[in-house]
Amino acid sequence: MTDHPKLTRRQLLATAGGVIATGVVSDLVSRREARAAVKPITVGFIYVGPRNDYGWNQAHAVAAKKIARLEGVKIVEQENVPETVEVEKVMEGMIHQDGAKVVFATSFGYWPHILKVARKYPDVLFPHIGALWKEGDPKNTIGYRGYMEEPHYLCGVAAGHMTKTGKIGFLGSKPLFFIFNNCNGFILGARSVNPKITCQVVITGDWNNPVREAEVTNSLIDQGVDVIVANVDSAKVVVENSERRGIYTCGYHTDLSELAPRGFLTGAEWNWAAGGQFVKAWQTGGPYTNLLRGGFRQDMVAISPFGKAVPEDVRAKIFRIRQGFVDDSFKLYRGPLKDNEGNVVLKEGQVIANDDNKFKLAVNFLVEGAIGKTGLKK
Amino acid sequence: MTLRSSVETAAISTAAVLVALLLFGGFAVVRGLDPLEVYRVLYLGAFGSWFAVQNTLTQAAPLMLTALCTAVPARAGLLVIGGEGALVMGGLATVLAGVLLANVPGPPGIALLCATGAVAGGLWVGVAGALRHWRGVNETISTLLLNYIAIAVLNHLITGPIRDFDQVLKPASWSVGEHLRIGDVPGTSIHWGLVFGVAACALLWVLMRGTTFGFAVDILGGNVRAARMAGLPIGAMVLVACFLGGAAAGLAGAVEVIAVHGFASSSLVVGYGYAGILVAFLARQNPLAIAFVSVLLGGISASGGLLQRRFGLPDAATLVLRGFLFVAVLAGSTLYGRLRIVRRP
Amino acid sequence: MMELGWWGVLVAVAGGAVRVSTPYLFVSLGETLTEKSGRVNLGLEGTLVLGAMSAYGVAHLSGSPWLGVLVAGVAGAAFGLVHGAVCSLARVNDIAMGIALFLLGTGLAFYLGKPFIEPVAPRLPHLAFGAWSDSPPVRAALDVSPLFVAGAVLAPALRWALGNTKWGLVVRTVGDNSDAAKALGWPVSLVRTLATMAGGFLAGVGGSFLSLHYPGTWNEALSSGQGLMAIALVIFARWDPVACFYASLLFGGATALGPALQSVGVTTNYYLYGAAPYVLTLGLLVYSSSTKHTLVGAPSELTISR
Repeated sequence: MTDHPKLTRRQLLATAGGVIATGVVSDLVSRREARAAVKPITVGFIYVGPRNDYGWNQAHAVAAKKIARLEGVKIVEQENVPETVEVEKVMEGMIHQDGAKVVFATSFGYWPHILKVARKYPDVLFPHIGALWKEGDPKNTIGYRGYMEEPHYLCGVAAGHMTKTGKIGFLGSKPLFFIFNNCNGFILGARSVNPKITCQVVITGDWNNPVREAEVTNSLIDQGVDVIVANVDSAKVVVENSERRGIYTCGYHTDLSELAPRGFLTGAEWNWAAGGQFVKAWQTGGPYTNLLRGGFRQDMVAISPFGKAVPEDVRAKIFRIRQGFVDDSFKLYRGPLKDNEGNVVLKEGQVIANDDNKFKLAVNFLVEGAIGKTGLKK
Repeated sequence: MTLRSSVETAAISTAAVLVALLLFGGFAVVRGLDPLEVYRVLYLGAFGSWFAVQNTLTQAAPLMLTALCTAVPARAGLLVIGGEGALVMGGLATVLAGVLLANVPGPPGIALLCATGAVAGGLWVGVAGALRHWRGVNETISTLLLNYIAIAVLNHLITGPIRDFDQVLKPASWSVGEHLRIGDVPGTSIHWGLVFGVAACALLWVLMRGTTFGFAVDILGGNVRAARMAGLPIGAMVLVACFLGGAAAGLAGAVEVIAVHGFASSSLVVGYGYAGILVAFLARQNPLAIAFVSVLLGGISASGGLLQRRFGLPDAATLVLRGFLFVAVLAGSTLYGRLRIVRRP
Repeated sequence: MMELGWWGVLVAVAGGAVRVSTPYLFVSLGETLTEKSGRVNLGLEGTLVLGAMSAYGVAHLSGSPWLGVLVAGVAGAAFGLVHGAVCSLARVNDIAMGIALFLLGTGLAFYLGKPFIEPVAPRLPHLAFGAWSDSPPVRAALDVSPLFVAGAVLAPALRWALGNTKWGLVVRTVGDNSDAAKALGWPVSLVRTLATMAGGFLAGVGGSFLSLHYPGTWNEALSSGQGLMAIALVIFARWDPVACFYASLLFGGATALGPALQSVGVTTNYYLYGAAPYVLTLGLLVYSSSTKHTLVGAPSELTISR
């Protein structure tokens, strides 16, 4: 146990995700210095869980700290706010009691509540991480989110090379489109290495349920799975239990490599720096986009540093594919593609653009090789 | 109840509140905060502005109903903690009825939905009452287990048979039609559920204090043997008391569906049932006092957010305050002399 | 690796039974002792969570998981002291007090435990009882914590002590007939408070298992009501410590059934499987209760059996 584990992780996080962010911010700062002084603004952050959960909420809290350092910005934070009508009260509380003018409600299920509140307060900006914005939604709302399926594809490639049993596992929280996209990315990446690989898919039903996650991890491993990735709010439990049982893991949200020195491969991380852009735009009255999605190309996602188990040639291959995403020469969803119930999703020659939001929003299937169900009606 | 004992009751409950606040202030000091500042923000978040007051009253509404789920059976000598489960069953039944009665126009439809929710909750707790009377199963344990079973049934139904697949954000049931929803009290952002809560408290107060039934229940709660000797129909009374309590919590579930969400989902399980137990005890099982105590506790819940944002106090801070309150109330009950969970004349 | 399939489910359930049962075991043993003395402590769920938090925090700060276990036990005993002391006051209802302490314990645990969600704490060592097997799942299933072994030893020891020592006799008399105990000059309230403290200690240790062994983390969603279920378990086991051991295994297995089935692709009725332990307990309660006599084995002074 290091003396200051927090420092190490924060540093890693800052490096991985923040380099670009500071770049963006300092760019904007210098441009702004040319204009008049910026008026002070209060920005609210709402978290669905604890800020230090080593996962989803922590990724946002780290972004919040960066935003707090922007000029004229004061932040207020509230955590453990459930995805119910409660969040409307919290948002309104921040607006009425704290004078917030930008509110980041950082959980997927807050969206319908955001729409309701945004209509009442047109002078407040509501960026949301679900990327559900569509034409007709209030102009003071924003949807932004990285294409996590891209780093998941790369994790899948790593898994495909490292698995000895040919069985990998995906633990998801809720049956939602982005979870399925991530899962498909993971499986497609693994099967690009070995088309016989199967992936056991289990949806726990909660953003955060450590007991169930631990149980599922152990059951999957008992079934012969030897690489697991967990799409839950905090993958800490899954990674730690996997490491104890001696299998490989991939991380999610934040850099979890410290938790699994032997078995960590790589992970899928966010780059939430775009949030700072929105605050700036609102402060200065500048323009902003209502729907911002991007993958490696737009630098909205990243992969974790590789664990020591990953050999050099695999790392090089992964970087090559990553470059393919960056210059858009590589497409994730390509035909021929079948789902795991035998239906044809894409015919030979059909290709889906990496930024085809319509397609991705509608993904309600798991690709061939997945053992499990989405639980959704088709 | 004599004037003296009313004063005593109020004094002890107030003392409990003060002790709890003191202990909470101690926590603030340990954290390096000024306790007076903390009290000020506590007040600010609960009653310090129109926004806060509305927030408080909205939080208080379900508590009034779930507290009755403990208070009414308590007067009959039972300790029921099944408010959570009754609320959930009430919500489920309301959604199912909402679909079946989709063609019924507004007001009668709403009344029917509320009745359905209430009946569902009443039956759920009534089962515990029946088990107690006819099988001797302890009602605290059985209602506790029934809570968990109700939540499992809810989760099963909303992810399966009654799931609305258009709701992609979280598993939820079919929605109740717009015409069957109830809105806010005009001029406020508080839904009509508050009125239901106050009305239920008033109604049950009259029932428990002013009718023969209420008087009989008091006897039962005081001394089972005396009730038996007086020839009272104990089984029926236990069932009715449990049914009424469960119906109140079931009504809370119905209100959550028709006033707040429009459908059933895991949002029905937010701890109103358990919070209601505290309210019932703080109000000494008196339905009228429950209305006031609910507002107090609603205020504590409402100010939690502000405490977090101003001082960085964890959200669990209000949980701790409520815990202190509950312990203080129970410890204080010994001062009352003849205290049991049941109020005596 | 052989394809395990349904056999894998069985192994997972068995493994789950051993893994998940330990908190149930400790809490139920503690509650058995408390209830034998005539008091009910429903607050053990709060004690469990508080124990988990303090064990994790102390283990992280000190580097020693066993110190964490000890502190968890002490914290539990302290809570038991509060319960015992307040309930000794005239006519305080111990059931209500338990609920209050459940609230307070959980609140304190979450409040004090905030800084410990992120850090990693050293785990308790484990004993590889399955080293003889070639099959990793079997090995994992038999990978037990020393706490489980301690609990397995404690159960028959407690039964023996209650039945064969003077101390056990004192506790049982106080629980069955407080008038007789008073006549014999035994301090009823003190005995009950001490029994409650011991019960709290065990519950705290049970909590430490959650955070330091399995799932092995501190998180506000750590307990899913195991403390409360363990109370029901005591009744189910008719206040017999050894029966508590077997019942804990049963409940642990039932809890592991759902996720085990999910991992072989059986996803329907997931929540209903989750309800199995509760339904089981309720069913057994209904079956074994009667209006004509108190539950067989129930201490007569117990509020819930009157």
